[in-house]
Amino acid sequence: MTELKTETELVHPELATIEIDGQERSDFLLKGALAAGAIFGLGAISPFVRNAAARADMGDVEILNYALTLEYLESAFYAEGLKRAGATGALKELLTTISTDEDAHVKALTGTIKSLGGKPVTAPKVKFDYSDTASFTALAETIENVGVSAYNGVAPEIKSKEVLTAAGSIVQVEARHAAAIALNNGSNPAPDAFDPTMTQEQVLKAVKPFLVA
Amino acid sequence: MPDVKDKNEVTAIEKMKAGGVSRRQLMSMAGGSVALGAFLAACGSDDSSSDMSSTGSTGTTAAMGEDNSTAQFGEGDLGILNYALTLEYIETAFYADVAKSGLFKGADLATIKQFGSQEADHVVALTDAVKAAGGKPAPKPKTEFPLNNAKQVLKLASTVENLGAAAYLGQAARIKSPEVLAAALSIHSVEGRHAAALNTLLGLTPVPDGPFAKPAEAGMVLNAVQPFIV
Repeated sequence: MTELKTETELVHPELATIEIDGQERSDFLLKGALAAGAIFGLGAISPFVRNAAARADMGDVEILNYALTLEYLESAFYAEGLKRAGATGALKELLTTISTDEDAHVKALTGTIKSLGGKPVTAPKVKFDYSDTASFTALAETIENVGVSAYNGVAPEIKSKEVLTAAGSIVQVEARHAAAIALNNGSNPAPDAFDPTMTQEQVLKAVKPFLVA
Repeated sequence: MPDVKDKNEVTAIEKMKAGGVSRRQLMSMAGGSVALGAFLAACGSDDSSSDMSSTGSTGTTAAMGEDNSTAQFGEGDLGILNYALTLEYIETAFYADVAKSGLFKGADLATIKQFGSQEADHVVALTDAVKAAGGKPAPKPKTEFPLNNAKQVLKLASTVENLGAAAYLGQAARIKSPEVLAAALSIHSVEGRHAAALNTLLGLTPVPDGPFAKPAEAGMVLNAVQPFIV
């Protein structure tokens, strides 16, 4: 695998690898514009750059397929939950809204991947472990928060401005879902001033329990 | 499903792969490919209300880009950071005033204080980012907010947060630095959380724009908050 060194990597080799919380090391590919423009002191905003590492090989289609996988998962989760989680009243209304949104995300991402000449991934086989409404909504809170972290983590790698805006418009909705579910659960709708990110590895680890091998 | 692409769509895809295709160009070339169109329609080209009393997005009918400049705050990312900083100053001041107003108690007051504290954190982070970029942080504006009763204040809070979230979304594609983008996104989703929480407290939908949040242009956002700057 050839790795192109940006001008920045050559001038600032310490930026080439970022160790995050002593956990993972990722190569941070800085876009060409960064090298040309002002280089923002990483210290100032490093708390938010946690895990927002770019890899040279993630094209927009691959990123969209990553998002699509998560949306398929969420879509299946809510569809199933509406059948067997036993929600009623306002909660049922909320879950219906969320379910509709996730379905729309699946449809839009699929269409966009095709428009870009890519092949959309197929829906993964999934299973969710919950026994009642409360355990379902607890799981929903986790899944939505993972979704926010996943999108925020990968978004800086997106090359197309349109795709970036679209991803932003989806992640904001996932964050809204997370907050609404949290309120239902008596949890904090906004636990952090800055939403943390997750790497793809961390996300896949988080959703692994839901994927049927 | 047939895999036949019409000539226009093929051209659109090839041009998009080559980069540098504007949304409008793409829409016209592809003859409005439905899925991509729906997806990109999040870019505010419908006739959603821009009424300040709306607790939904304030998406504009103007195409993104025409009124989205942050040049008055500085060049490039610096201008965007200072624009965001100005909005965060306004939000912080708003929550501080609300907390002092005596209109809220208990859990609602705790929420107000928490959101205000988070906006204050945003102010600090954005100020640091501007300084780190060698820029001068935008000044804290003098503000005044109408605080009549709890319901009116919650509605105002909801409007401001929904607007703030849309403002960040409107700038995302303009940001050049990946670090600044990462920071902006980490704040953007929190504003979305705030907006959804406030909407829920008001008995309104947490997703007033539906599945795709709408971006708002800087010009419109600044007009919307101008009444609070004295």
